[in-house]
Amino acid sequence: MRRLTRDRLVSILLILPSVLCILIFVYGFIGFTVFSSLTKWNDLVPDFTPVGFTNYERLFENQRFQIDLSNTVTFTVLFLIATLVLGFVLAVLLDQRIKAEGLFRSIYLFPMAISFIVTGVVWRWLLAPGTEATGAAGVNLLLENLGLGFLKSGWYTDPDIGIKAVVIAATWQMAGYTMALYLAGLRAIPDELREAARVDGASEIQIYRHILIPLLQPITLSAIIILGHISLKIFDLVVAMTGPGTGFSTDVPALFMFDTTFRGNRFAQGSSIAVVLLLMVAVLVVPYLIYNARREVER
Amino acid sequence: MSRSKHRLFAVLSLLAIASMALTACGGGAPATAAPTKPPVSAKLEFFSWWTAGGEAEGLNGMYDVFKAKNAGVEIVNATVAGGAGTNAKAVLATRLTGGDPPDSFQVHAGLEVQKYSPEQYLEPLDTLYASEGWEKVFPKDLLTLLKYQGHYWSVPVNIHRSNVLWYNKKALADNGLKAPATFADFFAAADALKAKGIFPLVMGTKDGWEAGHVFEDVLAGTLGADGYRGLWTGATPWTDAKVTQALENFKKMLSYVNEDHAALTWDGAGEYLINGKGAMMIMGDWTAGWFASKKYADYGWAPPPGTTGIFVALSDSFALPKGAKNHDNALAWLKVSGSKDGQEAFNPKKGSICARTDCNNSAFKSVPETYDYLTSAAQDWSKDSIVPSVMHGAAAFESWATEYKDIIALFVKSGDVAATQTALQKACVTAGICK
Repeated sequence: MRRLTRDRLVSILLILPSVLCILIFVYGFIGFTVFSSLTKWNDLVPDFTPVGFTNYERLFENQRFQIDLSNTVTFTVLFLIATLVLGFVLAVLLDQRIKAEGLFRSIYLFPMAISFIVTGVVWRWLLAPGTEATGAAGVNLLLENLGLGFLKSGWYTDPDIGIKAVVIAATWQMAGYTMALYLAGLRAIPDELREAARVDGASEIQIYRHILIPLLQPITLSAIIILGHISLKIFDLVVAMTGPGTGFSTDVPALFMFDTTFRGNRFAQGSSIAVVLLLMVAVLVVPYLIYNARREVER
Repeated sequence: MSRSKHRLFAVLSLLAIASMALTACGGGAPATAAPTKPPVSAKLEFFSWWTAGGEAEGLNGMYDVFKAKNAGVEIVNATVAGGAGTNAKAVLATRLTGGDPPDSFQVHAGLEVQKYSPEQYLEPLDTLYASEGWEKVFPKDLLTLLKYQGHYWSVPVNIHRSNVLWYNKKALADNGLKAPATFADFFAAADALKAKGIFPLVMGTKDGWEAGHVFEDVLAGTLGADGYRGLWTGATPWTDAKVTQALENFKKMLSYVNEDHAALTWDGAGEYLINGKGAMMIMGDWTAGWFASKKYADYGWAPPPGTTGIFVALSDSFALPKGAKNHDNALAWLKVSGSKDGQEAFNPKKGSICARTDCNNSAFKSVPETYDYLTSAAQDWSKDSIVPSVMHGAAAFESWATEYKDIIALFVKSGDVAATQTALQKACVTAGICK
């Protein structure tokens, strides 16, 4: 133990406010959410009679929640694949020392500066299939005029597409960000490595496959963590774009939680959804944090 | 560094810490200075989600009646737009629990009031009902509906009808058909229309509640008034063979619906009826106002199959929260809401009929487009058996109604009668009505 010097005291005092706030407003509230999910508080009037895991049992029996979970998995998997692939391809293209790289980089990055709400509203218009009164609209109209009318579809209004249409909007927003991550990664790889591989007779494809992509692994991991936690708890995009959709084809747990808690006033039930959401994100993030912490120690 | 500078530094850093502590937690800090209160009788804050169209006009009409009787009272029209009231309800719940209630607010008449824990947050209105003589002017079925835990909690201002079958007169007449009164008639007519390439029944299921709305009318049509009413009180079990029959009927009806129903709202689907590509639509009587706004007049109406003599009703009502800041004004407002003058000013514009049975038809002449429909509905209102709508807050607790809505929304996609009936039964058990 080091002695409590004045410097140390000042530094502890300096971080104390934020530590206290985080303890109360993050961990305290998480604790309260877990606590209330185990009570009978399914009304406006708080009722803290403990009921064990009843709320969770009812939750997992609920058909809407089962659909939500499968939607979340579909959304997360498709969204991760689409953003990673698209982001990587864009980064590779930009990495070719093209002219006006800065301009393209900004263009690709811009969607990320927009709120999910705005993205949601814009894509709701773009992917709206059009009505009897108005005829085809948005993307459908574009397809029709290009002579590709057979590709027209109901998009998010078609229960069989549902959440996959939301993936399009989410990818549009986040692919540029992934590109930025990958581009930084590519730039950090010394040119000597590529040169050496070329001297050894490796083709460009081999260079990517055996040298660059493996070296970009930490970037890919970070990207998966960042994008994954966004997609697991996605809410604003879905609210603005589609709502729960027909037969809950675009519903996600966060939306169900909002409906249950603030529209249904069933606070305990809503808390149980929040806890499940937290656990899902934790499963993704905690191993990463542990892995990172170990690496720091090793250094 | 000299000693005094050291001390100065320490003081400065402490100040900095204190200010950081303040700003970091600043979001939750309550305002310390109490606001100076205006004189008690100067205001009335009414909370609703009526922000546009006929609803807002109707409300303004009632405000005018109130102002004429209560000069000098300023009305604060606190509205929260969007989501058919779902956003407003969330705000309202926060205000009630936070001890900052509006003076009066809008709630569907019936068991929806349970959601606001009335014994805790609302004032019973029994004495007001007695002093205004409302038990004599509102129909008995409505009064039963309004009583929750032995008290009246809100004043009904209007009545909407859920079970109306709207039809394109020309589409039916061209094929030698009349509005079907029974399910057999309906399916026969539907086959004839389908053969002509017309959508027999148009429906939009985009917003999730429309299917639940149609199904409540199918339930009423299949089980009859008493059987339907019993579903919500526990007298009719959800496992009943007639519920199976209702689900089968509904499933068969869905096979006559426009395929793009999932992409459309009810009014989007209504376009089919207007342009003659569709023939019939089951939707509440706000449809009459919508037709008028579309300058469409060639429509007819009838009760949907099996519901002749049944009036599936929903009603907007106004409640009085405990601790309302302008209590006396709120009472005056409720008196206006339940009065003949108030209801005659409100309803023609809103496109609904009076909850009172003694309104004059002549009041409805001010909006000629909906006059025919509304007067015929008012006539049915005074003689039909009245049953509560579940989809619009009258029949069941909101949590149960929400579950019902979700189950039926899933049924539209799955068509699984047995699983749906089990789920409906389970929802009734969860609500504490069935065993």
